Amino acid sequence: MAKIPLNVNGSVYDVDADADVSLLSVLRDHLDLTGSKYGCGEGQCGACTVLIDGNPRRSCITQVGSVGNRRITTIEGLVQDGRLHPLQQAFLDEDAMQCAYCTSGMIMSSVALLKTHPNPSESEIAHFMEGNICRCGTYPRIVAAIQKAAKAMKEASQ
Amino acid sequence: MSNNPNWRLEPERYELNAPPAYYFEVDRREFFKFLGAGVLVFCVLKDGRGLQESGTRKRPQGESLPNEIGAWLHLGENGEVTVYTGKVEVGQNIRTSLSQAVAEELRVPVDKIHMVMGDTKLTPYDMGTFGSRTTPTMNLQLRKVAAAARDLLIGLAAAQWQVDRRRLVAANGKVTDTQSKRAVEYAALLKGQQFTQAIPAEDPLIPATQWAVEGQSLRKVDGLDFVTGKHRYPSDQKLPDMLHGKILRPPAFGATLVSLDTHDAEKMRDVAIVRDGNFVGVTAPTVEIASRAIAALHAEWKSEPQPSNKELFEYLKKNPAGGEDRAEYEIGSVEKATASADHRLQQTYNVSYIAHAPLEPRAALAQWSGDNLTVWTGTQRPFGVRSELAEAFRIPEDRVRVLMPDTGSAYGGKHTGETAIEAARLARAAKRPVKLVWTREEEFSWAYFRPAGVIDVRSGLRKDGTILAWEFHNYNSGAAGIRTFYDIPNQRIQFHETRSPLRQGSYRALAATANHFARESHMDELAHLVNIDPLEFRLKNLKNERLRGVFEAAAKKFGWGRKKTAAGQGFGMGGGFEKGGNVATCVEVAVDRSSREVKVVRVVTAFECGAIVNPDNLRNQIEGANVMGLGGALWEAIEFENGRILNGRFSDYRVPRFSDVPVLETVLLDRKDLPSAGAGECPMIGLAPAIGNAVFDAIGVRAVTLPIRIEPLPA
Repeated sequence: MAKIPLNVNGSVYDVDADADVSLLSVLRDHLDLTGSKYGCGEGQCGACTVLIDGNPRRSCITQVGSVGNRRITTIEGLVQDGRLHPLQQAFLDEDAMQCAYCTSGMIMSSVALLKTHPNPSESEIAHFMEGNICRCGTYPRIVAAIQKAAKAMKEASQ
Repeated sequence: MSNNPNWRLEPERYELNAPPAYYFEVDRREFFKFLGAGVLVFCVLKDGRGLQESGTRKRPQGESLPNEIGAWLHLGENGEVTVYTGKVEVGQNIRTSLSQAVAEELRVPVDKIHMVMGDTKLTPYDMGTFGSRTTPTMNLQLRKVAAAARDLLIGLAAAQWQVDRRRLVAANGKVTDTQSKRAVEYAALLKGQQFTQAIPAEDPLIPATQWAVEGQSLRKVDGLDFVTGKHRYPSDQKLPDMLHGKILRPPAFGATLVSLDTHDAEKMRDVAIVRDGNFVGVTAPTVEIASRAIAALHAEWKSEPQPSNKELFEYLKKNPAGGEDRAEYEIGSVEKATASADHRLQQTYNVSYIAHAPLEPRAALAQWSGDNLTVWTGTQRPFGVRSELAEAFRIPEDRVRVLMPDTGSAYGGKHTGETAIEAARLARAAKRPVKLVWTREEEFSWAYFRPAGVIDVRSGLRKDGTILAWEFHNYNSGAAGIRTFYDIPNQRIQFHETRSPLRQGSYRALAATANHFARESHMDELAHLVNIDPLEFRLKNLKNERLRGVFEAAAKKFGWGRKKTAAGQGFGMGGGFEKGGNVATCVEVAVDRSSREVKVVRVVTAFECGAIVNPDNLRNQIEGANVMGLGGALWEAIEFENGRILNGRFSDYRVPRFSDVPVLETVLLDRKDLPSAGAGECPMIGLAPAIGNAVFDAIGVRAVTLPIRIEPLPA
């Protein structure tokens, strides 16, 4: 076991973990960032999605030793200066959740989506988000929330 | 039938009658006191069991609260309202809808209400959160409790001001004198005093037509905790000094342990191995070390040969369970009526096992303090799990506390306490808290499944479309929704218990999905037999006004009767009632003629469940039920062989995803004159038959299996 430096939500941590341990375990068990969820362990459900240098990554199949000094953002790092990210607000406004276990992963994937597609169509959203499962079936609301956030972000940047 | 308030536990809740998961070797309130000043009101049920679901293996022992208390609330001298209910939150949003009920009657803002749910130490006994019972029972009880608290506060103000209480009104956390206009906050009325009141369950309530808070679309009350990742689900719980646990799983169901070589695992640092009968588990400081230790165990198991999904339906027909066939219903003479019918139809429908696959797998954190056990776990039956723990460890129930943090969904799949027992067994050995989170593969293999089934339907009808005879036999899948709601003079309806190759139990809507699939598919086939439009055919044989209402509403919104505009396009409908709700679903499909792939394009659902408590949450539940129902209708089926699950992971087991979602349109019929019923289950039952019937409309092939599988055209 070695000390692994990790840059998470703007802070740098030294983590005592084997390099082949999943980033998800390190976030949850070492850093107590439990917003990222375990759902499948094979990168199939998206509940563990975090951003690594802004790109959506399944932390359950990402070895912690492979991250290096790249910037990791988790759901806990989205609130800036006490203000919700527009996607967090839109998920609230659209009530785009039931049990909400998928919500962190949905929001993190959506953040990445809106970076590359600031004004996504329904089919672009479905295509990009296909790897995120909501067993409660709130998909239509999530699509609506993403489009609402896209609009809010566009208006804010004007 | 299920509209009857005295409904019995359905036979397909198999998990509730199952024996304990493990037989371990023998090893060995003061209520309300903590509350302080304020108002305490509790609801006394006439028959504690009558409003609950009955039929589990035994009555609980060592209750901390009398069974007769259904719910209670406390209004403190700081103005905070705390509501205590044994119901739990798994995504159906009852934390929100129950808060609305209290806010409505107590006349306080929703954000002043704190709900304590599913904590066996603090909340009244509750059999479990299932069967769509929260809205018809708990919602009513809490409204009554809140209304009684409001009356008590008005009485206190009247006494203080020496005025007629009829001059006083309660609103926004205050009592106001309508004549003098003076007002007092609830909290100020309570300073330093304690009032306790028990109320009967018959106090008058605000009628739905005058609701101010109920009937409104309120968002999830604690939504902020979820969008920020702050909420701690059962799998997120932790305690100082906590260890992680893992269980050694046998290679086949029902296997017994012949030998265990722990030599390699014992050499691992900080690892402890626990063996107790067939139970083998480890504890370690991290999940990864625990997993490595499990992999280092060398075990030899013995198991019996077991059937596979290939011979499943034959197996069910050939293996009666021996018990009496239940839910039998018979009127008239099916034989005579069939003999005199112009047309006869016989059809068999096969229904596969499916998995709940809640996104949060089973999880538990267990802590012993002497002989007292506390477990945080995701379960729909915290009190049931408390009984299971007490039984497993042979301790009185009052030494066990089960807490249920709002959980990552369940769908009927989290009624049992196996994870809690496993974690508690490991924690007892470790003498430290132990957390156990099942892997997705464990969840797919070691939880229970929605029962598979075979349904045989035989019918006879006159050429004018009048159904004369109806015979319906369900093998194993269950009796929920088994009775037909069509008016047929001669019927024989029977549920047959059979042996099951897999562990099975409750699933959202139970067998109502399978029984409605068979019934509504058969109805469609009959309609085509006599060349009558399927909607017209249903209405011809249906008197129930509530059901006619939803069929007509769905058909109208859908544009039923319009011409098809493309090859492979098809329209179908299905509907019925369950758990007090009425649903009709119309579906448009697009079927690829060569690949036989079915794409659901549009779903229109009309739903009526009495007075609507929260319209937007109701829409959310209906949309979700339809999306979830797509999986069971089109893709989901558990494959198994010789005691092993073959497709137990999301890469092998196809669940609905974003691109599967059709256009979903929902018509809500708000019947303020009728009591509110639950809505988590009923909305899904019309979907599968509507899809099957639409497939027939598209390509002329009948769907007789769930999931719907249509053999490719012969080359």
